[in-house]
Amino acid sequence: MFKGPVENKNEAAMSELVPEPRQKPVVPMKPMGINASLLGYIGIDTIIEQMRKKTMKTGFDFNIMVVGQSGLGKSTLVNTLFKSQVSRKSSGWNREEKIPKTVEIKAIGHVIEEGGVKMKLTVIDTPGFGDQINNENCWEPIEKYINEQYEKFLKEEVNIARKKRIPDTRVHCCLYFISPTGHSLRPLDLEFMKHLSKVVNIIPVIAKADTMTLEEKTEFKQRVRKELEVNGIEFYPQKEFDEDLEDKTENDKIRESMPFAVVGSDKEYQVNGKRVLGRKTPWGIIEVENLSHCEFALLRDFVIRTHLQDLKEVTHNIHYETYRAKRLNDNGGLPPMTVETEENHESNL
Amino acid sequence: MSLISKNVQMNDDLRNLSLSGHVGFDSLPDQLVNKSTSQGFCFNILCVGETGIGKSTLMDTLFNTKFESEPATHNEPGVRLKARSYELQESNVRLKLTIVDTVGFGDQINKDDSYKPIVEYIDAQFEAYLQEELKIKRSLFNYHDTRIHACLYFIAPTGHSLKSLDLVTMKKLDSKVNIIPIIAKADTIAKNELHKFKSKIMSELVSNGVQIYQFPTDEETVAEINATMSVHLPFAVVGSTEEVKIGNKMAKARQYPWGVVQVENENHCDFVKLREMLIRVNMEDLREQTHTRHYELYRRCKLEEMGFKDTDPDSKPFSLQETYEAKRNEFLGELQKKEDEMRQMFVMRVKEKEAELKEAEKDLHEKFDHLKRTHQEEKKKVEDKKKELEEELNNFQKKKAAAQLLQSQAQQAGSQQTKKDKDKKNASFT
Repeated sequence: MFKGPVENKNEAAMSELVPEPRQKPVVPMKPMGINASLLGYIGIDTIIEQMRKKTMKTGFDFNIMVVGQSGLGKSTLVNTLFKSQVSRKSSGWNREEKIPKTVEIKAIGHVIEEGGVKMKLTVIDTPGFGDQINNENCWEPIEKYINEQYEKFLKEEVNIARKKRIPDTRVHCCLYFISPTGHSLRPLDLEFMKHLSKVVNIIPVIAKADTMTLEEKTEFKQRVRKELEVNGIEFYPQKEFDEDLEDKTENDKIRESMPFAVVGSDKEYQVNGKRVLGRKTPWGIIEVENLSHCEFALLRDFVIRTHLQDLKEVTHNIHYETYRAKRLNDNGGLPPMTVETEENHESNL
Repeated sequence: MSLISKNVQMNDDLRNLSLSGHVGFDSLPDQLVNKSTSQGFCFNILCVGETGIGKSTLMDTLFNTKFESEPATHNEPGVRLKARSYELQESNVRLKLTIVDTVGFGDQINKDDSYKPIVEYIDAQFEAYLQEELKIKRSLFNYHDTRIHACLYFIAPTGHSLKSLDLVTMKKLDSKVNIIPIIAKADTIAKNELHKFKSKIMSELVSNGVQIYQFPTDEETVAEINATMSVHLPFAVVGSTEEVKIGNKMAKARQYPWGVVQVENENHCDFVKLREMLIRVNMEDLREQTHTRHYELYRRCKLEEMGFKDTDPDSKPFSLQETYEAKRNEFLGELQKKEDEMRQMFVMRVKEKEAELKEAEKDLHEKFDHLKRTHQEEKKKVEDKKKELEEELNNFQKKKAAAQLLQSQAQQAGSQQTKKDKDKKNASFT
């Protein structure tokens, strides 16, 4: 769980409260760190309920990007994750369509609701990634897109008259699909993740994991983890943002089992009297949500049920802030993409 | 092979999709809330009211603790604000509560400037937040928010109407903070008078255009309770930290010879309503209003004051960076101009001084010459006099010599005569 880099002033110790005045305040603040003992119920804890109601009313935005060579099952996986036809595959994309000659960025948004919670989900697909013969710099359009979203947000934030709620199009999570070769990571994988782990939360997943046996899976995962470590690639959840011991232990466990080896499917079959999502093969039915078959359920719980908010927060508090600081520091030259951004988005908004 | 990204196709007709199973993002509010609980919440209340009207007691009663210190005197020369922070914990919720008190409000003879320290304090908190937000390297997520979320305005229970000090102060504060007016020491007003007093106050506020905090009625769960409570504004409260035995329970109350005023009895006063509204129902909304309305207004005014605009004359959106650049160049230009000016002035001054000095030198020379001449003249005069004197002296000496000669001659003659006489005499004897 992220709270940001803990400064030496030990913000984590909540019992000392000096609200450090940034400029000389009109009134000198006297810190009274007394843990005032309450003689009765006040009702402060109702603020949780109040907050919950407020957030449910405003709804959430979530933007997830999928990157990987074509045919790795990206669209299917996203559909399985969100149990609806959210990806490009279903929105009019023909499987017979030619693989694009360049990396394209296609973002498709839907509104889904569950339990009173409304979520505006945007799935950003990157057809053409890694599909050419010469794949040099094929991550650049993706990096550009991510930075463009930061730029858009920054522009809104910097306005004099700001919107009450700035629309958030920043990429909160990037699922990177690793081909299940069983050997090791490809150079393209390493290059991409090296460049992009600094600007966005990358979650590597091993696609089409039903081609590997259990031993092959464990070995492959270990090798991949080793390679990532050797190359200094910090995937989400990043070690440096662990706040406290509790977070660290929880995240360590997750990091040990990443990258998740997943199988995606949107077809249902009857197994043991239950309808389950799965893939039917001559030698059996692979149940997507069965933990002994593949780690899809782990991925889903991780991304959606426990760390969704954290993904957004790391994006906002770390990646976006880094971008903003860099942008404001480069007071000199205006980076060329500013101009292009205007052009690009003029036609779309 | 060009690798530029083509246009991002954003599907703006967002379709509502139905889920074919449980995904699990309904835990999202919980995730959000858990994060906030671990960080703790901030809540800052400003109490504005005359000395002795019961601000501290009410805070103690609201938060069920004995917060502090001695009551203020009536001799304060001006209004000043005293802020105190506390940390309260209830179940797993940690609240950083700051209570700001206006000391000396309403005590001065001339109350013209009473509202100023309050407005300055509120603005200072906004300014601190704005500064943090404008930093390049900022840490907003663990910023200790000191902006005032609620202002409890204590109205004295005169039973008639608002004082002009109240109106003026509230008018100055209504665009900066959420004002909740309350009638203090409400046990001094009888029931029938209270109703009239309340409507008088509300109508005065409306006719003077004072915008007090409106309890939100857009969300169904709270709309009803907020609407019913709004009718009772301003809340007539009684504060007490002392407990009195009522029936078989101890309750917070004030004991009079003619009866006991129970704080938490809704028939006796509106304390419970205030607590409900302030803490249990709308605390989050108060914080949100402060951030999205009052702070944004402050920020907008401040930035406009500094000269930033959103669009330039061609109505193309300015980027803040361009504005910064422009401002910076402007500023540097001004600085340069000032520097040049100063340099010029300096040179001019030096010249002037030089000229002056030259003049002075010339003067001095002249004086010197003049003095020299005078000196010469004097010397000559003195010499002349000396000559004269010498001459006189010579003359005198001559005269003296002559006189002496004469005298000696006369003496000789005289002595001869005397001798002759003597001889004669002697001769006559013989």
